Amino acid sequence: MTATRLHDRTTQALRTKRPGRRWSWRDPALRGVVWQVLVVGAVLVAVGWLAVNTHQNLMSRRIASGFGFLGSESGLPIGEHLISYAPTDTYFRALLVGSLNTLRVAVSGILLATILGTAIGLARLSRNWLLAKFAAVYVEALRNLPLLLHLLLIYALLQALPPPRAALNPLAGIYLSNRGLVLPILEWAPAHGWCLAALALGVAGTFAYGRWARWRQAKDGQPRRIAPVALVLIAGLPTLAAIATDAPLSTVWPELRGFNFRGGVSLSPEYFALLLGLVLYTAAFIAEIVRAGVLSVRKGQWEAAQALGLPRSLILRKIVLPQALRVIIPPLINQYLNLTKNSSLAVAIGFQDIVSVANTTINQTGQAIEGIAIVMAVYLTISLSISLFMNWYNRRTAWAER
Amino acid sequence: MARASEGTAALAAERRFATEGTAKKRFGAALAWLRANLFYSWLSTAITLALCYLGARVGLALVDWAFASAVWQVPSGAEGADTSACRAPEAGACWAIVAEKYRFILFGTYPYEEHWRPALCVLVFAALYAATTWRRLWGKTLAVIWVVGATAVGLLMWGGIGGLSLVPTERWGGLVITLILATFGLVSAFPLAVLIALGRRSSLPAIRVLCVVYVEFIRGVPLISLLFMASVVLPLFLPDGMTLDKLLRAQIAITLFAAAYLAEVVRGGLQAVPKGQYEAADALGLSYWNKIRLIVLPQALRIVIAPLVNTFIAIVKDTSLVLVIGIFDLLGAGKMSAMEPAWQGFAIEAFLFCGLIYFVICFTMSRFSQRLEADLGASESR
Repeated sequence: MTATRLHDRTTQALRTKRPGRRWSWRDPALRGVVWQVLVVGAVLVAVGWLAVNTHQNLMSRRIASGFGFLGSESGLPIGEHLISYAPTDTYFRALLVGSLNTLRVAVSGILLATILGTAIGLARLSRNWLLAKFAAVYVEALRNLPLLLHLLLIYALLQALPPPRAALNPLAGIYLSNRGLVLPILEWAPAHGWCLAALALGVAGTFAYGRWARWRQAKDGQPRRIAPVALVLIAGLPTLAAIATDAPLSTVWPELRGFNFRGGVSLSPEYFALLLGLVLYTAAFIAEIVRAGVLSVRKGQWEAAQALGLPRSLILRKIVLPQALRVIIPPLINQYLNLTKNSSLAVAIGFQDIVSVANTTINQTGQAIEGIAIVMAVYLTISLSISLFMNWYNRRTAWAER
Repeated sequence: MARASEGTAALAAERRFATEGTAKKRFGAALAWLRANLFYSWLSTAITLALCYLGARVGLALVDWAFASAVWQVPSGAEGADTSACRAPEAGACWAIVAEKYRFILFGTYPYEEHWRPALCVLVFAALYAATTWRRLWGKTLAVIWVVGATAVGLLMWGGIGGLSLVPTERWGGLVITLILATFGLVSAFPLAVLIALGRRSSLPAIRVLCVVYVEFIRGVPLISLLFMASVVLPLFLPDGMTLDKLLRAQIAITLFAAAYLAEVVRGGLQAVPKGQYEAADALGLSYWNKIRLIVLPQALRIVIAPLVNTFIAIVKDTSLVLVIGIFDLLGAGKMSAMEPAWQGFAIEAFLFCGLIYFVICFTMSRFSQRLEADLGASESR
């Protein structure tokens, strides 16, 4: 009662006593407005000055600005393309092919770097002294050298390999030569589509069963084993589909014909060097992130879970991993972003990613501003969408702040 | 961690035995250590043996390649070096390329008889770094030392006065370029980064938005695109008749790039300073800049030493990208050195030599940051 009255009186006092705007430099609000006007004004003047200069320069050099060049024929040969492409296609398609190449190397790089990085991070935490030391040496050696040096070194090593005739053959069907890496591949048949669909169904079914099991456990307290159901759904359904549709399991083995390999899937030395360099380099950083994440879970958490009588696998899954992941995921995503941006180093070893294609476009058309704007737009789109996801994730998993 | 302490405990035990006990006890301790750290389970034994085998195989092959069958010198014939010894099938590493080209890798195309000047610059840089690591000098003295050092580097490299011949920046190259780009980039980016970090936490919306846009834009695009922008687009931005040196343009791009990343690190530090510190400074009636200078920044920067040095290391490594726009830094010069027909195919050795230099720089920095953190942490926790 008294509190509300006090509150009312204070607000009233504030309302009546509130001074009008004193046009004085001591007023922080006024000072703030002046500062903002000054800074924004300075930025606008600078941008305007640059724009005027650019306009004049373009006029005097007779460069027509605009994105009209995107529609004209590029005449640009691109060795590796995920979608059909010929030099007679437009610049737009060439740049699209370049962007897809960037995404291709980024996505495979992220997958492989995560696997390798996690393995090395856990190895560094191993009780085995030798294994931990090997992992530590790996991390220190890789982290303290520029990525570009790794790329150039790997590319030089690949070029020093024997020609296809004398290709290294570490495992049956895998050939490594100065023309790149060649792997055997499963021959694609329409029946394989059904198997993939069955696999997707199996994964979805496992998730659904997991949710149902948790929901039931919340009701009757009975834990249910998910692993057997998952095995049946994920392994069994595709196998059934394969038997039902009589899917052929013939593999195309690479063969040496003339000077190069035929058949199988081949990775060009440029792509292979870029992928290998990005994976090895990023894995060193991911290893450190994983190690820090696991170490961040306090020992007491393990002990408390053991005291509750939980089995080791459950402790790991329900207690340690969720806490470690909260520490791991944000910097991990940051590394994914770095890997994607670092894939632009492709230009140094001649893999035709977006930067490399845009660079050639600039040289051919003279549209420097537009070309670089396109490159920046592509990377900004990737970065900002990942940032948005990150913010969403951080909000979802934020610690309950006291 | 627990394993490491077990290991050190075992080692300590071993050492104690060594001083007082017999050889037999020492042997027993060593055996116990091996059992505890290498052969504690079947899986661990298998891993240890596999790693030993792998390490021995790879290690021996590497030693053979790098030392036993390496070629250290080649005779120089009438037209350049005669590298046939390196091309022999049984030859290992061709370190002769380093012996022959190390001055090119270190100093690029700088006039040969003037190489003492960039060499002296490298020493000046080394002295500057050494002075920076000496905490007693931190403050005004260090600022004076840096200004003197930077001026000395500029005078030595450009010349044009005091009997030194003028050397245009197009002829600069090698390690000096790497050191110049990294050092001056970081030194000029740091104050900018502090301002941007403060701006991003400012209560003035327009300034905050500007800073956020700047940081997110720079961090969203690869450095290569900024370098291309500096080399291709920046000349278009300038008024007619005004030109900027190519090296300076690259320097600007690296500075702007570094500023955005450093700003995020500094912002982390600003956020970690307890709110009470800000409020106490306000209560004392300190002005905004005094509050930041005297109360907030000293605490904020101390918190972020480790990530700051990590960013420094990243920027040092990233300066190597300038080779893409045709500036020959350490890595670029290393790549160039294997372009000559006689030396073609020996780029690996040149890159390894460059890598050694990068490794020494970066590894020293990371060790220094660890020590600094431990020192400051010790004074903090008492």
